[in-house]
Amino acid sequence: MKEFTASVIKEFRHIFRDRRTILIAMVMPVVQIVLFGFAVSTEVNDVRVAFCGDLSDTEVRHAVDRIDQNRYLRVVCRLDSPSSAEEMFRKNRADVAICFERDYGSRLASSGQASARIIGDGSDPNTAQMIASYLKGVIQSEQADVSVSLAGDRQASMAPVVQLMYNPAMKSSYNFVPGVMGLILMLICSMMTAVSIVREKETGTLELLLVSPVKPLWIISSKMIPYLVLSAANFVSILLLSHYVMEVPVNGSLTLLSLAALIFVVTSLALGLLISVISSSQRTALLICGMGLTMPAMIFSGIIFPCESMPVILQWFSDIIPAKWFIIIVKKVMIQGDGLASVVKELSILAGMAAILLAVSIKSFRTRLQ
Amino acid sequence: MEENVIHIRNLTKKFGGFTAVDHISFDVRRGEIFGFLGANGAGKTTAMRILCGLSRPTEGEGTVAGYDICSEQEKIKRNIGYMSQKFSLYPDLTVRENIRLFGGIYGLSDKTIKEKTGKMLDMLGMQSERDQLAGALPLGWKQRLAFSIAMVHDPGIIFLDEPTGGVDPETRRRFWEMIYDAAERGVTVFVTTHYMDEAEYCGRVSVMVDGKIAAMDSPDRLKSSYNAENMDEVFRIIAGRAGREG
Amino acid sequence: MTAAIDIENISKSYGKVRALDGISLKVDAGEIFGLIGPDGAGKTTLFRIMTTLMLPDSGSGSVCGLDIVKDYARIRRLTGYMPGRFSLYQDLSVKENLDYFATLFGTTVKENYGTIKEIYSQIEPFADRRAGKLSGGMKQKLALCCALVHKPSVLFLDEPTTGVDAVSRKDFWTMLARIKASGVTIFVSTPYMDEAARCDRLALIREGSIIGTGTPREIVSAFPFGLLSVKGSRMYRLLKELRGLPGVISCFSFGDSHHVTYDPSVTGKERLLASLSEAGFTDCTARDIGPCIEDCFMWLSGAAAGGM
Repeated sequence: MKEFTASVIKEFRHIFRDRRTILIAMVMPVVQIVLFGFAVSTEVNDVRVAFCGDLSDTEVRHAVDRIDQNRYLRVVCRLDSPSSAEEMFRKNRADVAICFERDYGSRLASSGQASARIIGDGSDPNTAQMIASYLKGVIQSEQADVSVSLAGDRQASMAPVVQLMYNPAMKSSYNFVPGVMGLILMLICSMMTAVSIVREKETGTLELLLVSPVKPLWIISSKMIPYLVLSAANFVSILLLSHYVMEVPVNGSLTLLSLAALIFVVTSLALGLLISVISSSQRTALLICGMGLTMPAMIFSGIIFPCESMPVILQWFSDIIPAKWFIIIVKKVMIQGDGLASVVKELSILAGMAAILLAVSIKSFRTRLQ
Repeated sequence: MEENVIHIRNLTKKFGGFTAVDHISFDVRRGEIFGFLGANGAGKTTAMRILCGLSRPTEGEGTVAGYDICSEQEKIKRNIGYMSQKFSLYPDLTVRENIRLFGGIYGLSDKTIKEKTGKMLDMLGMQSERDQLAGALPLGWKQRLAFSIAMVHDPGIIFLDEPTGGVDPETRRRFWEMIYDAAERGVTVFVTTHYMDEAEYCGRVSVMVDGKIAAMDSPDRLKSSYNAENMDEVFRIIAGRAGREG
Repeated sequence: MTAAIDIENISKSYGKVRALDGISLKVDAGEIFGLIGPDGAGKTTLFRIMTTLMLPDSGSGSVCGLDIVKDYARIRRLTGYMPGRFSLYQDLSVKENLDYFATLFGTTVKENYGTIKEIYSQIEPFADRRAGKLSGGMKQKLALCCALVHKPSVLFLDEPTTGVDAVSRKDFWTMLARIKASGVTIFVSTPYMDEAARCDRLALIREGSIIGTGTPREIVSAFPFGLLSVKGSRMYRLLKELRGLPGVISCFSFGDSHHVTYDPSVTGKERLLASLSEAGFTDCTARDIGPCIEDCFMWLSGAAAGGM
């Protein structure tokens, strides 16, 4: 036990004496939250709307007025025909266009059914979809049949957007906070554990640890503990930041959320250990972590684009990424306020991954070289 | 013609408050084998880096191959060869590719490189190994190949930084024979070593202690003036007086 | 008395490269045993196998009477190991490094202070300095302390003097002699042939095979040829001339003279000198000498390669 404590203390010394490590570990979460929060925001804000329709029609005027009144939307120009929308997008004069059919008002009056088409800028599909659905929501009360298409993209009818229910202002922070949480925990745990073990391989100190009578299991766990503590600190700091700065509520149980985080952290630590077994240099370890863990986590976590719009094969692939399940749990618990019952499936998948990875990585960590 | 190809006066290098090289002066003649000895941390490496144009002196002046060590570092680099035990060849390139690469680095034409490669491989007896990876060669062969490559652009001076560390006794001696060959062709050899028997092979040696040159003469004269049987003893008498911790 | 180390027919390959080829060695308790050979001869691999860090492909061995494969956990308690590279935590202080390794072996610096006192007292003034900021000689002393802190009965030192200057090397061997005096068996490797004389017994290793073993005296006395030390003024020309003379088996420079290995049935000192002066080397002197370990190594490696 004494050996274990000494090793944990030693590991903490390594971390605190390396300014770079500590900087990455403690400052990165803050930077990421701020970055995603302000710079890469996909929020609907100050959207320029072009419209096409007969302004003498009262219903059309009404709808346009309504759009212009909205604090997030701004009507910028009138189009002669729906086909000129594409040109407006190319010139970056508008973000979205709405086209009312001929006799919009009279149809609405006679049958209660009239259609308007929303055209989004397909060059930025995520934002476009978000804007389009927002715009749809705004005029929905006006009439029933609104179809949505993206310029430069094939005609696509919009699926109703679920987020609207829990995220009435379409705030993207609701989306990225769970994502960033998953990323940070994974990065800190996997990357740092892997690098710290591989570094000892490189400097040759691992040789000395191995020839000592200390059980490899002790060595491994003593390496994991400090990163577990760091992750806990990061978990708290992300929660605080997102709550007080990004104003993301914690609707569900904090205990459940912490439990999920703990399981996820163990999974990541095991992954890190596994990577350290495979790689012989810090560079390789970093590369594997970056390309093999962080990138997929970014892509499949839904931070950048929704999982639902990916090809089916990639969606299957995303199932083996632990971060995906963790992010789903965080979304459900933190934002939707769901209880244990609704995340049981995700939690057990994550726990299963943790168990398997931990078993494999401990087994493959050799008591000898090569 | 007696000509000094290395001419150093009051060379000093300070790192903050630490004086690594402390006002050293010496000359090396063309075709001379000059042994540059000293204990670990005596300032050998720092001095050698300045001579090779890799670092600027804090004080002092001098020329290497006729170029000023303060202002003409790029010209110095073109006119000297350098080989160190730590880095010399790319292990993942073949013998021929290594020769090609370094020939290219020194700006030789493709035709010259081709000619040189053939000659070099013949001289080293490595024709049949020319397409082997350099990393797979025995250490002694690597060393000799590295030496030849350091000479690929026919430099007037070659700097050798512990070229024979860890090499087996016979290869070590064969290596020195290559050094002698080069010296006979008029190449000036500037060499550091931890093997004191190798110090005997030098025309002159200097022993650095605490950043200063504590002794400089031919091995024979050093032995007689310190009343020592061999260079090992001479070295221990001189370096044993060091004030810095080894 | 049981042997401290006893290995039998150990082989190890990395892919196609055969690093060790049927190595057998016996080291008695309480002696300094030197493994001497150039880089790449397989020294480090043999160390790793003996310190239980690696499994041999074939062969068996024991350290302190314990099997190097089955009893690895117990061997690790009884041995100290100093790898070839400086392998301590550069970002930890001298004291922290030492304390940590003491704890790993279930002991404290205080408990075994007597064992390391002599060496540690030299670096104790720098106890709070980071190991990475130490000079070469001090790093080496710290590494030795860390390997000794749990009072091992066998100490493995892999090339402890590589890259160390002549003065520090001498100091180091003096330290080893003192450690040996306290009853520790020392297994040490080195590429420096001149250090052989400091060992009780030696094994010469080359390309994964032992080419000679015994006390330094035994190895030297097995040298089968005559040996001359020849001096002259034009040394390099002289070397080339000597190699061409009849009866000369080999000729290499050794410091300020050339060592000429010759066949006594064909030639001798007077004869060689006569041929030299004929060729114009009139100022040469020669004397018959006994071989040193380096002469023997060259002869034995030549014999192993089938050259002589």
